[in-house]
Amino acid sequence: MPDQLLFALEVTLNGLMAGVMYALVALGFVLIYKASGIFNYAQGVLALFAALTLVGIQQGQVPFAHLINAVTGMHVTEFGWKIPAILAILLTAGVMVGLAIIIEKLVLKHLVNQAPIILFMATIGMAYFLEGFGDVMWGADIKTLDVGLPQGINETLESVTDKALGYGFFIDNLDIVATLVAIALVTALTLFSQYSKQGRALRAVADDHQAALSVGISLRFIWILVWSIAGFVALVAGIMWGSKSGVQFSLSLIALKALPVLMLGGFTSIPGAIVGGLIIGVGEKLFEFFAGPLIGGATENWFAYVLALVFLVFRPQGLFGEKIIERV
Amino acid sequence: MKKTFTALAAAAIAATVAAPAMADLTVPNLSYRTGPYAANGIPYADGFNDYFTLLNERDGGIGGEKVVVPECETAYNTEKGVECYEATKGDGALAYNPLSTGITYQLIPKVTADQHVLYTPGYGRTSAANGKVFEWVFNYPANYWDGASIIVKYLTEKAGGSLSGKKVALVYHNSAYGKEPIRTLEELAKKDGFELELLPVDHPGQEQKSQWLQIRRNKPDYVIMYGWGVMNQVAIQEAVNIKYPMENFVGIWWSGSENDVKPAGDGANGYTTISFHSTGMDFPVYADLKQYVHDAGKGAGAGDQVGTMLYSRGVYAAMIISEAIRKAQEVHGTSAVTPAQVRDGFEQLDLTEARLTELGLPGFAQPITATCADHGGPGSAKMFQWNAASGQWDAASDWIQSDAELIDMLVAEDSAAFAAENNIAERCN
Repeated sequence: MPDQLLFALEVTLNGLMAGVMYALVALGFVLIYKASGIFNYAQGVLALFAALTLVGIQQGQVPFAHLINAVTGMHVTEFGWKIPAILAILLTAGVMVGLAIIIEKLVLKHLVNQAPIILFMATIGMAYFLEGFGDVMWGADIKTLDVGLPQGINETLESVTDKALGYGFFIDNLDIVATLVAIALVTALTLFSQYSKQGRALRAVADDHQAALSVGISLRFIWILVWSIAGFVALVAGIMWGSKSGVQFSLSLIALKALPVLMLGGFTSIPGAIVGGLIIGVGEKLFEFFAGPLIGGATENWFAYVLALVFLVFRPQGLFGEKIIERV
Repeated sequence: MKKTFTALAAAAIAATVAAPAMADLTVPNLSYRTGPYAANGIPYADGFNDYFTLLNERDGGIGGEKVVVPECETAYNTEKGVECYEATKGDGALAYNPLSTGITYQLIPKVTADQHVLYTPGYGRTSAANGKVFEWVFNYPANYWDGASIIVKYLTEKAGGSLSGKKVALVYHNSAYGKEPIRTLEELAKKDGFELELLPVDHPGQEQKSQWLQIRRNKPDYVIMYGWGVMNQVAIQEAVNIKYPMENFVGIWWSGSENDVKPAGDGANGYTTISFHSTGMDFPVYADLKQYVHDAGKGAGAGDQVGTMLYSRGVYAAMIISEAIRKAQEVHGTSAVTPAQVRDGFEQLDLTEARLTELGLPGFAQPITATCADHGGPGSAKMFQWNAASGQWDAASDWIQSDAELIDMLVAEDSAAFAAENNIAERCN
């Protein structure tokens, strides 16, 4: 096989893996949009907050240490214990559920029946608040996240492809784990949404708030549920991206990577987030590979949006989005 | 009750925006302790503030005048940086050091019009080294082009005396800052006969798979990085992932802090960076900082950044500004110096090794002899290698001098273009 073709194949595989990472972020947006029609601007910050909390709990960091020290003159930083990764993840998931309850009680409850733009603005406010709150709670330094996920080249794949094709492919172990986690997550979410009572209630709320309320579905419970699930998905995304670059405040910017995925896959489809992520991942990597050297490189950020826009011309609701029919 | 509340509110507002007393020396700190670049902004701001606190607590300020360092949060955002400048310039600000090339570019015309000193060590507009054109801007001791030239010199020595026939890749932040070394490296590639491959990374740089797959495929002998923030950590992790030899991976000084290497763990061992000052706590000034600042509870931050690379850089910037103020006091025979007098202090700064030793910083940096025309300084720096086991940067070279002939030529060319665009008549003739 010619070298260029092999490289293109390697780039495609890595694009698919990168797409899965984008899809993990996009999933959180989809869940909330599906259930409440809110575009949750704070989803990237939720991932950051979840990752910060996970590291903080795992490392036994004292929350609000800087504030406590400044006010009391003490010098506390750590409790002096380390918590196993699994337990820390479970505790963090609990914190995210608590956060969902607080968001519902303090923000969403007061905005029932408001226009979507009001809810969107509220999520912008939440994003800024949570970012600052995370900073005060856990500090702004870069934290190393180690929950035991493997990183680096997958030697087996490299040697198999080397023997078969004469060129060892690079696939990151972390990306493989992310793919497996994404498959499990999407399966679980699909099963939950299709077959559980709460899942059906969630879909009913998504279809029509008023109708769902009239048959006794609690909108408040559904909102807490969906924000909790989105919080958990944000935790998963935070773990994957945080393992890659350390947990730091730029983690909230991963939301930018999810937007073209949502535009392409549709805001209301869980499989759409995955397929959209894969198309964006492969598309941007192949474009960078073939066209990047000719036009100066660094094409990935903008090309993802161009690709999404091209799809929108033909399917404005996205590949898997629901067609919006407005009656005059 | 209402009156009490009003009085309290008035007092709170007054405390927040209180202008320094007229005799105070004001050096605003345009810092960033929030946002995506906070992890880098915090140690720098802490070092900067702590050094001035030390001067106030130990020496009673500079020349008997206390130094006031009002801090303004820019979040590394250019618009906010300009707002901070506008908000503080009326308080008799003597010098600005915004730690952002984007903010620097916006402030150059403003400080020129308002007559304030802009001090940008190791960042900002490189050709500001030419004092004939940039009267109010100083960037000694080294600039981006010096950095590129020094890295190439270091790599040449590493390659056994010649880079001819070698491949060098530049992984850079796709911004004005990241693009700065390209021209210099292109010139050096022609001169030294190496092949230069350019690999831009878009902001913020969390996803760099394409660039590192290219590096894995093309196998450059050396990789140079001009990155900032998360781009650095991801690049180093990706280099570890593809098993790129770390000792052949060199970052500019903004890609060489503890923050950049620690997330990659042991894999980052051997990663090399360049710096125009030394780092670590083996300097007598740290004993004073401990006694007068940290133990006295007057430290700027949590105290966990002391001695790190970026903390040292903050100390360096504060030390240079304070020495320029001291020089201005000496030249003009007054302790309450004005911004214009401080500019003279910057221009006549003569920082010797003996003076550095007096300051408790022996061997910390290279001596500087500034002149009206030379705002760029010696253009030398040292290489440091990350030791993952000890968690420290080990010196990997002595001071290396940049290719002055090439850099001077590039500086003259760029500053002449700026002067022509802005109708600036050359000074210092």
